[in-house]
Amino acid sequence: MTVIDEGIPCQVFVELVTEYLDGALPTDDVARIEAHLALCPGCASVVEQLRETVRLARQIREDDVSRMDPGVRADLMAAFRETARHRAPPD
Amino acid sequence: MGGFDDTFANDESLVAALRGGDERAFEWLLGTYDTTLRRVARNYVPTDALADDVVQDTWMGLIRGIDGFEQRSSLKTWLYRILLNIARTKGVREKRTVPFSSAPDALLDGDQPTFDPERFRSATPTEQYPGGWVSFPLAWETQPEHVLESDETVGIVHAAIEQLPPAQREVVTLRDVEGWTSSEVCNALELTETNQRVLLHRARARVRRALELYFEGAMAT
Repeated sequence: MTVIDEGIPCQVFVELVTEYLDGALPTDDVARIEAHLALCPGCASVVEQLRETVRLARQIREDDVSRMDPGVRADLMAAFRETARHRAPPD
Repeated sequence: MGGFDDTFANDESLVAALRGGDERAFEWLLGTYDTTLRRVARNYVPTDALADDVVQDTWMGLIRGIDGFEQRSSLKTWLYRILLNIARTKGVREKRTVPFSSAPDALLDGDQPTFDPERFRSATPTEQYPGGWVSFPLAWETQPEHVLESDETVGIVHAAIEQLPPAQREVVTLRDVEGWTSSEVCNALELTETNQRVLLHRARARVRRALELYFEGAMAT
């Protein structure tokens, strides 16, 4: 059921996935990991699951709508305008 | 529309426009970052109302500080640091745990494995594959698409993130929810690349586990 190759036990591999996905591992390690992934469906699943986790997390943002209060927005715009007015050289 | 966005996506022209009193630049900034700031602020203070205060104070900080901004970091990082200072002050006042305290080791919660050791084979003299899977994790591609794409599934992820320890929650919020790069997060939070990645990995692993339990439950019913 389990495949170990290229000297990376699955238990070690699962702690390296984020570094692997970030491209933060040395080339040698990437080659060993890819060799392992080609043969180990369990670790390949974990990589896919973590990719999916990131994709789903991204949707939280897309589902979010701005709930900025229109009054607050108006106040901030007024403060911005006011500051700009003071900054402008006297004419 | 594209021209509008392109102009302000460039830091130099955005800062110049803000200093020049260009209201479109400020509106663009509000539209781009307000939701992000609010989400991050909420990590530090216990209520939505307090988060709103933090965000409003942050925008005021930007208005007052833009002339003195030295552009040694990106505007985004600078804005985020203003937020962080205000949020931390308010968070302390509200006695909410502050993510990045003076004890950086504590935030890495020791050297605990992110996957349950029970899922791997022990190193015994007869074990051919020590550290290998006892049984393979389920492939999620077998989940029906409507389950993977459902609001409920996204809700599981959201809830799992909210339950993370504060430092992990903050890193995963910026990296995965907001899509910031690793170096942007390191700059804004003043974290090393290594610590940032450890926090991110722990956070993702916990969220992955929450999803795994959810999918297993869905299959059992």
